[in-house]
Amino acid sequence: MYLKVFGALIIGTILTVVAAKVDMGPLNNVVMLIIACTKASLVILFFMHVRWGTRLTWVVSAAGFFWLLLLFSVIGDYISRGWVPGTLR
Amino acid sequence: MDTLNYLNNGHGLKSWLLTKDHKRIALLYLASITGFFVIGGFFALLVRLELLTPAGDLLTSETYNKMFTMHGVVMVFFFLIPSIPATLGNFLIPIMVGAKDLAFPRINLLSWYIYVLGGIFTLVAAMSGGVDTGWTFYTPYSTAAANGHVITAALGVFITGFSSILTGLNFIVTIHRMRAPGLTWFRLPLFVWSHYATSLIMILGTPVIAITVLLVAAERGLHFGIFDPALGGDPVLFQHLFWFYSHPAVYIMILPAMGVISEIVQAFTRKNIFGYSFVAFSSLAIAIIGFLVWGHHIFVAGQSVYAGMVFSFLSFVVAIPSAIKVFNWTATIYKGSVSFDSPMLYAFGFIGLFTIGGLTGLFLASMGLDIHVHDTYFVVAHFHYIMVGGAIMGYLGGLHYWWPKISGRRYSEPWAKFSALMIFVGFNLTFFPQFIAGYLGMPRRYHAYPPEFQVLNVASTLGASILAVGYVIPLIYFAYSLVAGEKSVNDPWGARGLEWEIPSPPPTENFTVSPIVTGGTHQYVYPSKEVGVA
Amino acid sequence: MPNPHTEHFPGPFHDPPLVANLDAIQPHEHVALPHHPRLQHHFDDMAQQIEASTLGMWVFLVTEIMFFGGLFAAYLVYRHANPEGFAEASHHLNVTWGTVNTIVLIVSSLTMALAVRSAQISAPAKTQVAWIGATMLLGTTFLGVKAIEYTDKFTHHLVPGPNFRWEGKHPAPAEIFYSLYFCMTGLHAIHMIIGLGIMSVIGVMAWRRQFDEDYYTPVEIAGLYWHFVDIVWIFLFPLLYLIGGHFRE
Repeated sequence: MYLKVFGALIIGTILTVVAAKVDMGPLNNVVMLIIACTKASLVILFFMHVRWGTRLTWVVSAAGFFWLLLLFSVIGDYISRGWVPGTLR
Repeated sequence: MDTLNYLNNGHGLKSWLLTKDHKRIALLYLASITGFFVIGGFFALLVRLELLTPAGDLLTSETYNKMFTMHGVVMVFFFLIPSIPATLGNFLIPIMVGAKDLAFPRINLLSWYIYVLGGIFTLVAAMSGGVDTGWTFYTPYSTAAANGHVITAALGVFITGFSSILTGLNFIVTIHRMRAPGLTWFRLPLFVWSHYATSLIMILGTPVIAITVLLVAAERGLHFGIFDPALGGDPVLFQHLFWFYSHPAVYIMILPAMGVISEIVQAFTRKNIFGYSFVAFSSLAIAIIGFLVWGHHIFVAGQSVYAGMVFSFLSFVVAIPSAIKVFNWTATIYKGSVSFDSPMLYAFGFIGLFTIGGLTGLFLASMGLDIHVHDTYFVVAHFHYIMVGGAIMGYLGGLHYWWPKISGRRYSEPWAKFSALMIFVGFNLTFFPQFIAGYLGMPRRYHAYPPEFQVLNVASTLGASILAVGYVIPLIYFAYSLVAGEKSVNDPWGARGLEWEIPSPPPTENFTVSPIVTGGTHQYVYPSKEVGVA
Repeated sequence: MPNPHTEHFPGPFHDPPLVANLDAIQPHEHVALPHHPRLQHHFDDMAQQIEASTLGMWVFLVTEIMFFGGLFAAYLVYRHANPEGFAEASHHLNVTWGTVNTIVLIVSSLTMALAVRSAQISAPAKTQVAWIGATMLLGTTFLGVKAIEYTDKFTHHLVPGPNFRWEGKHPAPAEIFYSLYFCMTGLHAIHMIIGLGIMSVIGVMAWRRQFDEDYYTPVEIAGLYWHFVDIVWIFLFPLLYLIGGHFRE
């Protein structure tokens, strides 16, 4: 079973390199992120045993990634500059 | 002490410095935290002395900048953040959950050593010339200019952050996995709930400031341009990353104090808390929503107005769970059998002063008003009301409440009441004039100011002197109680809770067998009509 | 001195007792019960110890997520501000070395998972040590490749600071890119080194026959750490090496 996951991870790696060489515009980033998140999920669920772990473990790991996304919301400041008419920023 | 307890179980320096007992580690922290409080207070003293006169005549401007910076760094990172969790939390949480120790006793000891190491770095920075960036280390000043030992101080903060992380980690695992049989989540004392919420913040927030100060050190030392505008870097990004932690950090400072107040209010009104689950959930709400408001520190620094509006709204929302707690404490006191022992005096002080501090926070949360009072003494007064009027009152109240348990001795109650009152008077005299000064426009972090502000500043310095004396007195009577205080019984206050069921001071292993809990840990009898309480 | 609190409420509390075994929790003779030799005394039983250790490592990994997270957030902001500059800077990174390293780490995750499993099924110590050793070998390979890459950057004046030289169209974003590159991969490499340290301790313990199906928690939590370091790289690789890869011929 570990070998199957391993195989999937290797395929994912090759896929991500190949996909990067194809010009898909902004879709490149989306594809790359999806592949990376899938690989990470495989490692977490199977290699790190979350698939068979307690609900608390699942909540803790989910909370970690959720908080990471929260930290990324910093970009919201930069994206929203100029959204309020009549202001400098 | 005749019986074997954690204090006399093992003698000599090694038994203390290599202890795994959470109670001894709590005392190690108590000693070092008190030391840092004195150091931080010393810097404050110099600041207030300079501000007695409008001219910058006591210190050079550069030295003054170093004084308020070191005051902030020491007080925030080495006093307020560890204070209640590392002393009272470490001591009480295993007992309150019915365990023999925290989940990871050796990591607990390690966290103290890390704290001390970080402190040494910071003191070295202070003694070799200090840092003058403000405790906020704003770039590009801290990375490109700054006259001082920024890297050393930044590393000191970095190192100490791990102490915080390990403490939070220990608490979370202990509370999840080591509760005694029958001790469900909703039977836990509110002190435990507030420390759980605090630990969540420690875990999720501290690493961010760790990486941020590391980047500041890298930019200053290795010239990696991350925040350097000359390279297209963004100083506001530093502020985002810094405040992403530092705002939740203020909730690290206040949530444990709120937990203490919940315990004290119940004990000294002989009543169960009004709305237990509301208070418990409010702790979690404060921790979580507290992560959503960091932008209110950046309103005028160049953040987008749209983001500012979002953060302003969320900053109003975060006040709600705190208000819920204040209402619940008040409702608990109402029709309770109130006794005015010293811990309760601190609790009363907390409730009033925290409310003022919190309300002034709402003024600051309104963007339009913040433009005028940002970087003035209004802000300084606001956060001191919360951190000193709130957190330190909670800390002192908790120390008084649990002192008999921790030391097995009673302190002098008349002196305690006197110093509580002195602290209250001194505090208000110090910081209320600062609200006025700030509103009238006096900027913060200035070592000279226009003469029209002098009266307010003199009042403030006078208050600070009274406050300082008020803080020294407990040191004296606590120390005295250790040698000559009356010995305490298990339950000197007639309070309820697992910690009051075991001896004062407790044995090393707290409980030889796990207690089996059959009810909520606060089972106060409702006061009856016969005792004259309506 | 009479206690003013209990004075008003004489007698036992009317509500049910707080604890069912009040007498038992007062200090008395400590009765020793048979337990696993590795059970630490503040835990009730091995199950609690294992659950606590695992939860502890997971909580620590959450802190690590947030620790790296700050760097990823900075990366996000700057890439959003300078998409072309970042793409241009990324071209100087060698995709082959990056891919090799990614595969090396994935294999090492496999060997790590197999090391945990070998302890879980009480495999002979030699087998356990073999898997742990393989993991360490792969980790060292990873670091070796990174050393080659770093040396290459140094000789090509791509280390930010006074020696940084950029011949392309976007020198400022390039310097930020490489600042982030060195911070992110450097921090990752430091974690790798710490991981190797942990694995050598685990390896010694395994060699001393300390792990079997009743007790393999240290291997399990070392594995959690190792997998985490792998996951960080899974994200670092495409984000740093594969920006604008489609511009290559």
